[in-house]
Amino acid sequence: MNVEILAFGIAKDIVKGASFQLDLPAEATVGVLKQQLCSTYPDFERLASFAIAVNEAYRQDDFALNEKDEIVIIPPVSGG
Amino acid sequence: MIDIQLKDTPLSTTECSDLVASPSTGGTVLFVGTVRDHTKGKAVVRLEFEAYAPMAVSEMRKIAEEAKSRWSADKIVIHHRVGVLAIGEIAVIIAVATPHRVAAFEACQYAIDTLKETVPIWKKEIFEDGEVWVAAHP
Repeated sequence: MNVEILAFGIAKDIVKGASFQLDLPAEATVGVLKQQLCSTYPDFERLASFAIAVNEAYRQDDFALNEKDEIVIIPPVSGG
Repeated sequence: MIDIQLKDTPLSTTECSDLVASPSTGGTVLFVGTVRDHTKGKAVVRLEFEAYAPMAVSEMRKIAEEAKSRWSADKIVIHHRVGVLAIGEIAVIIAVATPHRVAAFEACQYAIDTLKETVPIWKKEIFEDGEVWVAAHP
């Protein structure tokens, strides 16, 4: 399936854009997405951490993705 | 009462303290986070804040709700700025009003500490000779 992914902060610099398309296997999970991001963009592995939000909430690695989900890469936050 | 705002215009301490004021309140704690002119000995020129807005607002609301129920806070306000900020400008204001002071201090501390861990907002420090996304790398 083809998903659209939004990027913020340093993630935007790594993928060189605020959003991009990624092709994932059907029934992919957040964990699969993270692995694919790290192999496509090795700079993600150098971050202190990064999380994935789906439909405006943090999701664990076993969370299943759907084509129409709003998927966002959340690099280490630094508000305040 | 909970009031959460993500704004690209200057924040106001007066507005926040007025929002939490009430006759039943015995103590108000106001945390004001401002832009510091240095980090690790290096001069900072300005900061740029970026947010994943809908989730930043919902995560701030979660924090406020938790603080409100754990410390029986009457009112809690969290305002966070986005965009380009000069030295000395206010990046965040948290105001908590409770019947007694201890709860207000604790709830406010909880709110700012949790905000820094969970709210999807990112800060870029701009130096004379470069820039860095804060906390991105170990």
